[in-house]
Amino acid sequence: MSAQMDKRRPYVRSMAGWWTRDPYYIRYMAMEATSVLVAVYAVILLVGLARLSQGEAAYNGWLDALKSPLSVGFHVLILLVFAYHTWSWFKIMPKTMPTIYLGGTKLPQPAITWTGVVVAVVLNLLVLAILMGVKP
Amino acid sequence: MKRSNDPIFWSLFGAGGMLSALIGAALVFVTGIGVPLGLLVSQDLMRYQRMLGFAQHWLGKIIVFAVIALFLWHAALRIFHMLHDFGVHAGTGAKLVCFGLPLLCTIAAAYWVLTTGV
Repeated sequence: MSAQMDKRRPYVRSMAGWWTRDPYYIRYMAMEATSVLVAVYAVILLVGLARLSQGEAAYNGWLDALKSPLSVGFHVLILLVFAYHTWSWFKIMPKTMPTIYLGGTKLPQPAITWTGVVVAVVLNLLVLAILMGVKP
Repeated sequence: MKRSNDPIFWSLFGAGGMLSALIGAALVFVTGIGVPLGLLVSQDLMRYQRMLGFAQHWLGKIIVFAVIALFLWHAALRIFHMLHDFGVHAGTGAKLVCFGLPLLCTIAAAYWVLTTGV
């Protein structure tokens, strides 16, 4: 039964915008929202793959579309969102993985987060370095 | 007790989240900024012949498929739970959109990865 149909008209606190009430919830929502652009980027790559399978002309059209200022600007936004995703992913990592004990003491949460962040930075730079090394 | 299919979805979520955290930023930079502007990487890096060769190699196929499919399943689970957070509760419609679309895209990616340049 909805609130309006109940004759007692009990007070039901609205849940609308609940996540704006606390900075912790805002950070949670920001973390969850990164997924939207992760999905968009996957679809951009999927379109590229489809174009590639259709032949050279179709694929070059996709490459040209990527060169438009709108696309480059949008990818800057996607890049920032991915960076935030990387940070938030390892920030929650200590809570999502089984507790690790080292010599009888729990591995501290910041140690897990920073290990993850350092590994991510190294791997991202490694991918970039490999691709920078590809000769034209 | 009915066997839950949750572990499958959560594994895909975790794998996609980890892969995107570890190499996603580099991929976005290279495909969306570096190559279009010729910044840090060669503007020819993604030219047709090279990418075709990449997509014809079994390792290239695995990489392309893994990136697209895992990124999508990672996002699917988060978007599905985000809908709940915004008051759209897990019904058939929400499930169809959140899991049906990634499933379609996964099948499409598999098809194109297997058929490109054959």
